Amino acid sequence: MSGIRRPKSRIWRPSTDLVLCWIGLLTLLGLTVTLSYQPLASFNFPVAMTIAAIKAGLVAAIFMELRHRSGVVCAFAAAGFFWLAILLWLGLMDFLTRV
Amino acid sequence: MTEKNYLTDDYRLVSWFTTTDHKRIAILYFATLIVFFFIGGAAATLIRLELATPGPDVVSADTYNRLFTMHGIIMVWFFLIPSIPNTLGNFIVPLMIGARDLAFPRLNLASWYLFVLGGCITLYAIFMGGVDTGWTLYTPFSTLYSNSYVSVAVTGIFIAGFSSILTGLNFIVTIHKLRAPGLTWYRLPLFIWTLYATSVILVLATPVLAITLVLLAMERLFGVGIFDPRIGGDPLLFQHLFWFYSHPAVYIMILPGMGVVNELIACYARKKIFGYKFVAWASLAIAAAGFLVWGHHMFVSGQSLTASLVFSFMSFIVAVPSAIKVFNWTATLHKGTIRFDAPMLYALAFVGLFTIGGLTGLFLACLAFDVYATDTYFVIAHFHYIMVGGMVTAYFGGLHYWWPKITGRMYPEYWARGAAILIFFGFNLTFFPQFILGAEGMPRRYHVYAPEFQVWNVLSSGGASILAVAYLLPMFYLGFSLFFGARAPANPWGATGLEWRTSSPPPRLNFDQQPVVTEDPYDYAHAPEPQHV
Amino acid sequence: MSDTPDIAEHLATRAQRDDVLELGMWTFLSTEVLLFGGLILSYFVYRHADPQAFLAAGRETRIVIGTINTALLLTSSFCVAAALQAAEQGERHATRALLGIAILLGLSFLGLKGLEYVEEYREYLVPGIDFARTGENAHGIELFFIFYFIATLLHGIHVACGIGVLAVFAALATATRASSRYVAGLRTAALYWHFVDLVWIFLFALIYLPGRNS
Repeated sequence: MSGIRRPKSRIWRPSTDLVLCWIGLLTLLGLTVTLSYQPLASFNFPVAMTIAAIKAGLVAAIFMELRHRSGVVCAFAAAGFFWLAILLWLGLMDFLTRV
Repeated sequence: MTEKNYLTDDYRLVSWFTTTDHKRIAILYFATLIVFFFIGGAAATLIRLELATPGPDVVSADTYNRLFTMHGIIMVWFFLIPSIPNTLGNFIVPLMIGARDLAFPRLNLASWYLFVLGGCITLYAIFMGGVDTGWTLYTPFSTLYSNSYVSVAVTGIFIAGFSSILTGLNFIVTIHKLRAPGLTWYRLPLFIWTLYATSVILVLATPVLAITLVLLAMERLFGVGIFDPRIGGDPLLFQHLFWFYSHPAVYIMILPGMGVVNELIACYARKKIFGYKFVAWASLAIAAAGFLVWGHHMFVSGQSLTASLVFSFMSFIVAVPSAIKVFNWTATLHKGTIRFDAPMLYALAFVGLFTIGGLTGLFLACLAFDVYATDTYFVIAHFHYIMVGGMVTAYFGGLHYWWPKITGRMYPEYWARGAAILIFFGFNLTFFPQFILGAEGMPRRYHVYAPEFQVWNVLSSGGASILAVAYLLPMFYLGFSLFFGARAPANPWGATGLEWRTSSPPPRLNFDQQPVVTEDPYDYAHAPEPQHV
Repeated sequence: MSDTPDIAEHLATRAQRDDVLELGMWTFLSTEVLLFGGLILSYFVYRHADPQAFLAAGRETRIVIGTINTALLLTSSFCVAAALQAAEQGERHATRALLGIAILLGLSFLGLKGLEYVEEYREYLVPGIDFARTGENAHGIELFFIFYFIATLLHGIHVACGIGVLAVFAALATATRASSRYVAGLRTAALYWHFVDLVWIFLFALIYLPGRNS
C-alpha cells in the first residue's frame, strides 16, 4: 500500500491558465464595482454590461474550454445568446418605438 | 417468425414502462396522443354542435369558453406539438440515420413520463371545471380576473414543455453525432432536416414559454403585478413573451409534416426530390425566420406601429422558404411515375391545403387586412388549414407509410384511400365556409351569432361530422390490420432510406449490421420495385 | 458502478459518448439562456419604462453581499475547472478536495443569499408578501424587486441542483476505478456549474450595480 503512494511532498497544481483566469475574473469584479461608483453619467450601464460580457467570455473560453472546441460546439454555445439577442431586439423594439 | 423484433423482445407490461427503446417509446407516445386527440376532438364536436344554430342551445356562454380553451390547449400542446416528432420522429429518426437508438435513451423515456404527468395535471384542471381564458392565456384576464383553474392548467403545460425540450435536445444531438458511416448532411432524408429544424425551435422557444408561465403563475398566486398596469406592468409584455414561443411553435406544428410529405412524394412519384438542398435549407430558414415574426399576432394589441411594420415585413419573408418547398414538391411530381396509394393521397392533400393555409397567412400578415380580420373566423380557418389540413393530414400519411415498418403488418389499401378522400372532403367542408364567415365578419369565441351566418355554419358543422367519421375510420381498419393484416416485407414500397433496409418490425437494436451509406438520398432510379400491389 | 460498461449499448466509441454528452449539455445550456432570457427582457422593458426607479431600487440591494457572492461563485467555478483538470490527470484526491471546496463555496453563496432575503423582508421589499414603499418610484421599485426575486430564486435553484450534482461527483471521485466515463461526466457537470456562474455574472451587473454613483 505505502509503496504505491506518492511522496507527500508532491502537491497537485492546476495549470497557470486557470489560475490567471481566476485572478482576472476577481480583478474585473473589483473593477466593475469600483467603476459603478464613478459618475460616468449614462456610461455606467454600458460599462457594467461590457465588463460582465468580458467575464462571461473568460469563463466560456477558459473554464468551459471553448477555446479548445470545434466550430460546432462554439456554434451551440453561441446559439442561445444569438436567440436571446433576437428576443431582446424585437421584444424591445415595440417598447422603444411607442408614441 | 422465430426472429425476435422490438415488439416480441419482452412481453411483460413492465418492460414497456421501463423501456429505453426509441421504438417502444414512440408507441407509448402514440397511444397517449390518441387519447388526447379524441378529448380535444370531443371538445371540437361540442363547439360545432353549438354553432349549428345561431342561438345558445347546447351549452352556456361560460361552458363554451371552457370548451374552446380546452380544445386549444389539448390540441396544441398535447397533440400537435408532440404528434409527428414524438411518434413518427421517435420511431424513424434513429432508423433513418442508421443509429441503434437516440443519443439519450433514458432522457427519451423521461420525456414521455413528463408528458404524461403534464397531461394528467392539465386534464385534472379541465375536469375540475376547466379554464376560460382561451389557449393564449392573455393577461390580465388570466391573472387577475378569471375564476377558472388557470394555475393548474399552466403547471401541466409547463411540465409538458420540458418534455418538448428534452425531445428536441435528443434529436439535435442524435442527428449530429449518431449518423451512420457515410451519411453526410446532404445525404440525409429531408425528414431528418425538418425534424432538426423543429428541434431547434423546441429547444430555443419552449424555455421562454416556461418562464412566461412561471411569471403568470407568480402574478396569479402571489398577486405580484408583473403584467398589471396598475403598478406600471405591461400586459403586452406577456403577449410578446407568449408569442415568442407560440409563433415558432406554429412551425413546430408544420415542419415535421413537411418532412413526412417529402418522403411520401419522392417515394410515390419514384423520383429524386427536386432541389434537395433548397428544400433542406428551407426548413432551417423557416425555423429561423419563424422567430422574427411573432408580433403579427399583436397588430391590434396596441404595440407600436414601427414594430407592427417590421413584424409584417418579416412575416412575408417566411413565405419564401415555404413557397420553395411547395414549388419543389410540384416539380418533383412533374414527369414522375405517380402511384396514388393512400399515403400519397394524404401527401397531395397536404400540398393543396397547406398552400391555401399559407396564402391566407399572407393576407393576415398585411397590416390593413389583419386589422379587419383579427379575431374573426378567417383566422380560425387559416390556422386550421395549416394545422389540421397540413399537420394532421401529414401525420396520417406518415402513419400509413411507416405502418408496415412499425407494426410489421400491411394496412388495407382501399379502406385507407377511402378514409384519405373522406378526410379531404370533410376537412374542406368544415373549414372553407369559415373563411367566408370570417370575411363577412363573424367573430371567434362566441357561442351565438347573427342569423345570416347560419348557412355557412351548418355547412361547417356538417363537414365536421364527416371529418369525425373519417378520423375514426383509421382507428378501426388499422386496428384490424394489427391482427389480420398481411405480414409486411422489409421494404413494401420500394422506398429508399435506411429504415427500409432492416426487417419489419425492426429488431431491438434496429440493424443486425451497422449500415453504411454510399449513395445520395432519394435515389429512386436505383430503388427496388414496390412489392405491395 | 464498476460493473456498468464504459459505453452504452447504442453508442460505438468513447469519443462518440464524450461528444454526445458535451453537445447535449451545450444544447441544454442554450435552453437555459432563453429561460433566463424571458426575465432579462422583462427587466429591460421595465427599466426602460421607469429608469429612475430602477436606479433607486439598485441602491436598495446589498452590494457587499452581492460582491462577496460573486467572488464565491467565480472561485467555485475555478475550483471545478481545476477539479476537472485534476481528474483528467488521474489526481483523484485533488479532484475530490477541489469539488469539496466548490460545494462549500456554493453553500456559502446560498447562505448569504438567504441572509439577504431576510434583510429585504425586514425592509418590506418583498412584492406579493410584504412590500411597503411609497413615493413616486414605488411602482418601479416593486417591479424591480419582482424581477430580483424571481431571477435570484430561479438562479438559486440552479445553484442547489449544481451542488447536488457536484456532490455526486465528489463522492464518486475516489470510490471508483479511474475511468474515462467519470471524466466525461464531470466535464458535463462542470459545464453546468460554469453556466450557473455565467448567469450570475450578468444578474450581478443588472441587479447590484445600477444607481451606485448617485
